[in-house]
Amino acid sequence: MNIHEYQAKALLKGFGAPVAEGVAIFSADEAAAAAGKLPGPLYVVKSQIHAGGRGKGKFKELPADAKGGVRLAHSIDDVVTHASEMLGNTLVTKQTGPHGKQVNRLYIEDGADIDRELYLSILVDRTVGRPAFVVSTEGGMDIEAVAEETPDKILTLPIDPETGVTESDAGTLCETLQLEGQARTDGMTLFPLLYKAFIEKDMSLLEVNPLIVMTDGRLRVLDAKMSFDGNALFRHDDVVALRDTTEEDAKEIEASKHDLAYVALDGNIGCMVNGAGLAMATMDIIKLYGAEPANFLDVGGGASKEKVTAAFKIITADPAVQGILVNIFGGIMRCDVIAEGVVAAVKEVGLKVPLVVRLEGTNVEKGKQIINQSGLNVIAADDLDDAAQKIVNAVKGA
Amino acid sequence: MSIIVNKDTKVLVQGLTGKTGTFHTEQALAYHGTKMVGGVHPKKGGETWTGQVGDGTVDLPIFATVAEGKEQTGADASVIYVPPAGAGAAIIEAIDAEVPLIVCITEGIPVADMVRVKARLDKSSSRLIGPNCPGVLTPDECKIGIMPGNIFKKGSVGIVSRSGTLTYEAVFQTTNENLGQTTAVGIGGDPVKGTEFIDVLEMYLADDATKSIVMIGEIGGSAEEDAAQFLADEAKRGRRKPTVGFIAGRTAPPGRTMGHAGAVISGGKGGADDKIAAMEAAGIRVSPSPAQLGKTLVELLKG
Repeated sequence: MNIHEYQAKALLKGFGAPVAEGVAIFSADEAAAAAGKLPGPLYVVKSQIHAGGRGKGKFKELPADAKGGVRLAHSIDDVVTHASEMLGNTLVTKQTGPHGKQVNRLYIEDGADIDRELYLSILVDRTVGRPAFVVSTEGGMDIEAVAEETPDKILTLPIDPETGVTESDAGTLCETLQLEGQARTDGMTLFPLLYKAFIEKDMSLLEVNPLIVMTDGRLRVLDAKMSFDGNALFRHDDVVALRDTTEEDAKEIEASKHDLAYVALDGNIGCMVNGAGLAMATMDIIKLYGAEPANFLDVGGGASKEKVTAAFKIITADPAVQGILVNIFGGIMRCDVIAEGVVAAVKEVGLKVPLVVRLEGTNVEKGKQIINQSGLNVIAADDLDDAAQKIVNAVKGA
Repeated sequence: MSIIVNKDTKVLVQGLTGKTGTFHTEQALAYHGTKMVGGVHPKKGGETWTGQVGDGTVDLPIFATVAEGKEQTGADASVIYVPPAGAGAAIIEAIDAEVPLIVCITEGIPVADMVRVKARLDKSSSRLIGPNCPGVLTPDECKIGIMPGNIFKKGSVGIVSRSGTLTYEAVFQTTNENLGQTTAVGIGGDPVKGTEFIDVLEMYLADDATKSIVMIGEIGGSAEEDAAQFLADEAKRGRRKPTVGFIAGRTAPPGRTMGHAGAVISGGKGGADDKIAAMEAAGIRVSPSPAQLGKTLVELLKG
């Protein structure tokens, strides 16, 4: 789960991290009052969407030479002008895809005099199974580009979960980031505190890009991106309260209610599969035969009839879907049970597009018999290759 | 031979009394009499669990702690069906009781809990398989976890996979090709886990009965690249076995978690193409389709 920049900063502020003063607004009417609460005379107006690249992003509705999704303002009037131009419009960045995202919230922040921009993030380094800091002196730009061009400027520092950030760890980070004097003093406090926030809130990613050294030598968190471990949300009601469902796909929200793993994609073949690996492989094979999957959907290793029905409803509600492929390997869950679930779901939900069903595993013959005798217009397939070819042909022929 | 488990493996169940634990324990008892020796429940120590196996019933003792269960039964393995919130603590309890083999089936354990488990595990001599995995099965001998026993056949292929249902595909296809399996190991779909590909591949290389290997990976992390490097290095030393590979997730969009917590391409890393390239460079025959694992292996064995 992701949250907005202003929410992330408020959370970090609670842990004692240095962030600028700022006010979030939802309508342009609030802009003047919000800016009035800040010291000025420099303000930053920042689009709040769950995607990066906002500064270089462009608004769909504005002329091509209009400013991007993060703007400097030198007066309260400027803030108001920018706010009315940005709110409600669609920001397209390299992370949003061509559809862009509507900007419904802005964060008005006190401006800062920047000396240097640094990069810092914390994530779980899966190769060692520990949280790790990733830092670089090359901040304010895409860290992937830095990794590509100057990998030697990036340090990854795993932290021992039993000790946390030691004095020596914090010192190493300061040296890598070339922090001296006041900036070093700030860093020695900031790094353990960011780690504490990461652990206590069960984050999967905390990215501060940039972390800035200001002209007065102090450190400040200038931007903050935060993602949380979905498996740990049960113990963080405060984090769940920050969820912005307008940033999420409606079908994905519906799927999560039924405990289905679902990811919306851009193609036209809906997929229903048991098991995450097999579900990915099913998407891959559709592509291999020249079409695009409309979704990833894992109904779980032990899918029940109820889950199968819910999954069917979500897939058929997607107007882009022109054909459906059901791919089930019945292990513990027998094929005949799955077949009954599919038949019941189709009868309940209705079927307006071609449906190919591939069943394999325990009681496969019984399962196929149930499908064949259902009277439904279902195309049976022998294996996954056969199934993918059949659904791709059916959709292309339609 | 086989790896990790055999007919003598004695298994405790943490989470035996729940619906999932009960169902899969009955299945394990029914599978060639896997030696299930007891359950663990902090509040039900001293009680008895009764399961339905075939036409009869089987009684197993319940212990309050893993340590007690291990001492009383001589168990050398524990399987965990505890719900996610308590599963990390359950693994640590098993580590502290010095259970040699711990298999955690539970999906959805917070990563931070697994980080703590991993730190503890590194200082112990226990082996953890999983979490978020289907378990381990040696045909006709021992079934720990949730794999369907009826698709297995004793034979010569060692199978290792991050995915449950793709493990079953590999098992089913190698059974149909009349090759059969020595053992199948599901290492699990989480980013932080107990056993990696390399650990299992090393055991398959060392196991005389294992004549060939099927390795199934997916997007996220770099365990497949590491495993490919390991196999290439071992091959240079003259240790090699014909290996078929498969990677799921070639079409997965970056930044999205695909069902498994560990299946995510992040920061431009963990994509399928890099993994496939590394595996092919190491001499692994990568099947383009999960439906062709068995046939690809047969072709490879013909040479």
